[in-house]
Amino acid sequence: MDAFLLQLAAGIATGGIYASVALAIVMIYQATHHVNFAQGEMATLSTFIALTFIQAGFPYWVAFGATLAVSFVMGALVERLIMRPVQHAPILTHVGVYIGMLLIIGNLTGWVFGYTTKVFPSPFEGGGPMFGGLLSAHQLGSVGVTLAVLVLVYLFFTKTSLGLAMRAAAYNPRSARLVGIRVDVMLALGWGLAAAIGSVAGMMVAPIVFLDPNMMLGILLYAFAGALLGGIDNPPGAVVGGFLVGVLENLAGAYIVGTELKLSVALVIIIGVLVLKPSGLFGRVVFSRV
Amino acid sequence: MLLEVSGLRAGYGPTHVLHGLDFAVEEGGVTTLLGANGAGKTTTLRAVCGMVRMEGEVNLAGQRITGLATEDIARRGVAHVPDGRGTFMELTVEENFRLGAYVRRDNEVQRDFERMWEWFPRLKQRWKQQAGTLSGGEQQMLAIARALLLRPKLLLLDEPSFGLAPLIVQDIFAILRRIRAESGVGILLVEQNANLALELADRAYLLETGRIVMSGPAAEIRQDEAIRRSYLGY
Repeated sequence: MDAFLLQLAAGIATGGIYASVALAIVMIYQATHHVNFAQGEMATLSTFIALTFIQAGFPYWVAFGATLAVSFVMGALVERLIMRPVQHAPILTHVGVYIGMLLIIGNLTGWVFGYTTKVFPSPFEGGGPMFGGLLSAHQLGSVGVTLAVLVLVYLFFTKTSLGLAMRAAAYNPRSARLVGIRVDVMLALGWGLAAAIGSVAGMMVAPIVFLDPNMMLGILLYAFAGALLGGIDNPPGAVVGGFLVGVLENLAGAYIVGTELKLSVALVIIIGVLVLKPSGLFGRVVFSRV
Repeated sequence: MLLEVSGLRAGYGPTHVLHGLDFAVEEGGVTTLLGANGAGKTTTLRAVCGMVRMEGEVNLAGQRITGLATEDIARRGVAHVPDGRGTFMELTVEENFRLGAYVRRDNEVQRDFERMWEWFPRLKQRWKQQAGTLSGGEQQMLAIARALLLRPKLLLLDEPSFGLAPLIVQDIFAILRRIRAESGVGILLVEQNANLALELADRAYLLETGRIVMSGPAAEIRQDEAIRRSYLGY
C-alpha cells in the first residue's frame, strides 16, 4: 500500500511538469491550430540559460525570474521571426518548420552548452522527505510551483482584459480585429507566455532527470499525451490530462510494463485517445456541415 | 459628412467586385445600400473597414482611413457587424461586452453597459451565458451591442434581419430606430429587406453588379413605384 501511495505521489509530481508543458502546447494550438513540436527544446534551452544565471552567482529565484523573462522574449521572437512569415502557408510547411526548429534549437543547445549531463540545483533542498516519506522536498516544491503557475495563468486569462483579448484573438481573429484587438501582437504574447510556462517545467524537472540537450524529448511526448487526453482545445483539460498521464505513467511503470517501457504508455495514450475519443475527455466536439 | 467614399474598387484576388462606388453617410444619419445577392453590398462594408484589398478614397470625419488595417479602422471609430455577426461564440455575453469596449480608456464603459441593457433587456438576462447558446435574435442583438460598445462614430450593419423570424426582425429594427434617435451614431446599413431599410434610412443607394445605379433620399425611393418594381421586387 505504501509503495502504491509512493508511486501515486511521484506520479502527481511529474504530472505537474507534464501539465505545464501540455498547457504550453494547448495555448499555441488554440491560437494557431498547430502543435509546436519544438516546445520541449525551447524549454531545455531555457533551463540551460537558467543554469548559466545560477553559475554566474545569481540567487536561485533571481535566476528563475530572469529565465522567465528571457524565455518570454525568446518565444515572442520565434513567433515574429520564424512563424509570422509562414502563417498563411500550408500545414506541411508548418510541420517542417516545427521539426526544423526542434533540430536546430536542440543542436544549438548542445553546441553552446555541451552534451554532457549536468546537475541542476533545486531551490527546495534540505527539507527531507515529506508526508511520511511520500514526496521529496523538491517534488513537493515543484508541485507547488507548477500549481502556482497554472493558477496565475488561469487568473490572467479569465480576469484580465489582456487575457480576454488573447482568448478572443485565438477563438476568432476576424472578430477580434473588428473590436480593435491587435491579433498579431496577441499571437506573439501567446508564444512568449507558452515559452515562459515551458521554462518553468524545464527548471522543475531538471533536478530530477538531470539536464542535457535531450532532456525534454520524452517529457514532450507525455505532455502531448496529456494535452490530447484532456482535450487539445481545452487548457484546464490539458492540465488535468497532464496530471493523469503522470500518475498513469508511474503506476504502469511500477506494476505493469516496468520502467523500460514507460514511454510507450504515452504512445498508447496518444493512439488510444485518437482512436476512441479524438476530442479528449474535456474537449469540444466540433461538427461541421458539408 | 461622417463617411465619404469615392471611386471605391475592391475584390477578392484578381476579381473585382466593386467598380468605383461613390457614396456617403451623414453625421448621425442612416444610409442604406440595397441590391440583389452578389451586387457587392457585403464587399462594400468589408472594404470600408479594411477587410478586403481596395482602391479609392475612404474618409471618416475628414480623416483618410483608406488602406488602414481593420483594427486601426476600428480604433478610429468604425464598428462593423459583419455577416455571420462577429460575436465570440465561445465566450459569455459579459465577455463579449467587455471585448466590445476593449480599446476604450474612458470611464463610461459601465454606463454604456447599462444603456445596452436598457436597449436589449434580454442580454442582461443572458449575462453569464455562452454566446453560442443564445437564440438567433439574441445573437444579433449581442452583435449590435458589442459593436456599439466601441462607441463608434459609424456603425456598419450587414443584413441584421438575416435568418431571423419576422417578429424578431421587427424588434431589431425598432431597437435600431431607438439607437438612431438616442445615440447619434451614423449607420451604413446593408439589407435584403428593402422596405424595412428604407423606413429606417434617410439616404439610399441601389447597387447592381458592383455599380451604383441609383441614389437619393430614402423617402423618395420608397415612393417611386418604378424603382420598387424593377430593383426592389415588392
